[in-house]
Amino acid sequence: MALLDVQNLHVSFRTADGMVQAVRGVSFKIERSRTLGIVGESGSGKSVCVQTVMGLTQNARVSGQAMFEGRDLLAMRPEQLQSIRGAKIGMIFQDPLSSLHPFYRVGWQIVEMIRLHDPMSKNQARHRAVELLTLVGIPQADRRVDDFPHQFSGGMRQRAMIAMAMALNPALLIADEPTTALDVTVQAQVLEVLSRLQREFGTAIILITHDLGVIADVADDVIVMYAGTVVEQADLTTIFTEHHHPYTEGLLQSLPAYGGDRQRLQSIPGQPPSPISVPPGCPFHPRCSYVMGRCRTEVPPLAFVDNLGHLSACWLNRDSAVRNSLRRKVTEPGLRDTGEAART
Amino acid sequence: MTAPSDRSGTEDVLLRLEDVVKHFPVRSSALIRGSREVVHAVDGVDLEVRRGETIGLVGETGCGKSTLARCIARLHDVTSGRITFDGHDITTLSARRMRPYRREIQMIFQDPYGSLNPRRRVGSIIGDPFAIHKIAKGEDRKRRVQHLMELVGLNPEHYNRFPAEFSGGQRQRIGVARALAFRPKLVICDEPVSALDVSIQAQILNLLADLQSELGLTYIFIAHDLSVVRHVSNSVAVMYLGKVVEQAPVDQLWAHPRHPYTDALLSAVPIPDVERANRRDRIILVGDVPSPINPPAGCRFHPRCPKAQQACVDEVPDLSSRVGNDPGHLAACHFPVQDGEDISKFTSALGSDQRVVETGLMSGS
Repeated sequence: MALLDVQNLHVSFRTADGMVQAVRGVSFKIERSRTLGIVGESGSGKSVCVQTVMGLTQNARVSGQAMFEGRDLLAMRPEQLQSIRGAKIGMIFQDPLSSLHPFYRVGWQIVEMIRLHDPMSKNQARHRAVELLTLVGIPQADRRVDDFPHQFSGGMRQRAMIAMAMALNPALLIADEPTTALDVTVQAQVLEVLSRLQREFGTAIILITHDLGVIADVADDVIVMYAGTVVEQADLTTIFTEHHHPYTEGLLQSLPAYGGDRQRLQSIPGQPPSPISVPPGCPFHPRCSYVMGRCRTEVPPLAFVDNLGHLSACWLNRDSAVRNSLRRKVTEPGLRDTGEAART
Repeated sequence: MTAPSDRSGTEDVLLRLEDVVKHFPVRSSALIRGSREVVHAVDGVDLEVRRGETIGLVGETGCGKSTLARCIARLHDVTSGRITFDGHDITTLSARRMRPYRREIQMIFQDPYGSLNPRRRVGSIIGDPFAIHKIAKGEDRKRRVQHLMELVGLNPEHYNRFPAEFSGGQRQRIGVARALAFRPKLVICDEPVSALDVSIQAQILNLLADLQSELGLTYIFIAHDLSVVRHVSNSVAVMYLGKVVEQAPVDQLWAHPRHPYTDALLSAVPIPDVERANRRDRIILVGDVPSPINPPAGCRFHPRCPKAQQACVDEVPDLSSRVGNDPGHLAACHFPVQDGEDISKFTSALGSDQRVVETGLMSGS
């Protein structure tokens, strides 16, 4: 049985402009010791997904199921969820400065968190805090435990957050853009800490990021999200080498190649749809270079492509010849990116 | 000195920086002693930018790359050193005498949300340069603004819209249009795509490349995303704690980084390619960048450098050709990385008081 099994999750918010359908039918599973990467651009619903599972979205209409160790997280009362959140499911957010309280010492915040779930003496908890900070590579942890968050650098704060999230040895760690605010060398340190902890404790990790490079580094399985839905799902190698969905293809092509020559980038024309008025049919069809008639009216189901485990929500044939014959330039007035002729 | 219009060739130097220093005073904690501390934001940078080229400035947060850009645009006055633009020393020009050069040096900023006034219409925002320099009024200005909008791929009919009605990528196009109003010679792009999603980022990078070839622009391109810098630049300068530690043509730098910091920085970039990601060795640096208030003596990288020796503490390495006598490839390192050398196999020869000590998990690689 999967550690976490999310089925058909829908989340929407009522706003002054209309109903925002942030998540529209998302399902995924994660096993122990695995890392699931969720990629997508701003507004694709990737953060809302996991926040809802953790009961952190307010004033949302939620439907679906999220089975964690045999119990549905979405059906739990807040106090039941409280006992799981932090203890069995740890979380790390993007901005470590705003997730640590600036008035309290780092160690105190870890101690408080431990004692909330685990009745131990303050001294014991403090010992544990020092141990955890050492574990995530904070130098002189026995002294730094009494520092305030502002005395830590960005990378150290994020490591302190990881220490806190790992304090009770959770079965699942949710990391929402954990390295986005960090420099590359610090990012490398933090990712190293995460994968080390995973090897040591068998923690399952859900990693949300927009950076496909980070995904290639740490994920085992990948979900690509677009406009609140999963458009493709597969293991890491398949996503990078045998992806099927045109959006995944577009994402990978719009990155500057690391080794290749510096040719013109293949950008995806246009921009993601507003979550208030998602286009009918496939949500990606206005930007897709393979668009066909049925894409405009029928929503493609997330279906198996060839092997078990590779799912894609696209009407396209697997055959690359058929695929290429369909390919054409999508032109959009006012976006010279997509027009061929450069002005003189 | 030559007049700004007097130019020749494509290889000539548009911008030259000589020993540019920018220090910011900070309030000292030791007020009693009356000593004043300074942040050594930029600490002696020499740089040449040739006409029509793109030079990339890379480095981590706090390395001084944005401060340097602002010094070039004279948004900061430099503490010492000299900035020569198009043959003219602009280091200390008064605001009035600087004005003609302001048209020729423009900036594009990172945040397309923060750099546009939300209460003004797009046409008037892009028209600002014309208003400030008292050029073109009324219909003429509108015509010019609409031409600029078209140039950057915006619909000229959206002249009367507010910034909020545009997406992030379109807003960045507005920023580009405003910077191009006077056909500048030098455009400083300070993290122009960092706030954008990847698919939109590619659109803006393509736009910048098109404009460069059409208008013969010279770019100084600042970004923390190294694959973006590699994509757009002809040559790259790597900064660490206020100094340029390495400078080389882009392919040369990626193929043979000479400074250990460059080597570590490049190896830390996550590559969106599973086969490559599995194959390569990653150098993980220990510790964090030290405070620019009190930078380390000698080579500023020595506390974190696996190749450090006593000489690195005693003597500041100058930026010069280090390996193979290539005049285009400069590195500021006493013990540059040789071809095929794996610096993660080295251990610093310095005592534990002189270097960052590894702890716990970070000791593995």
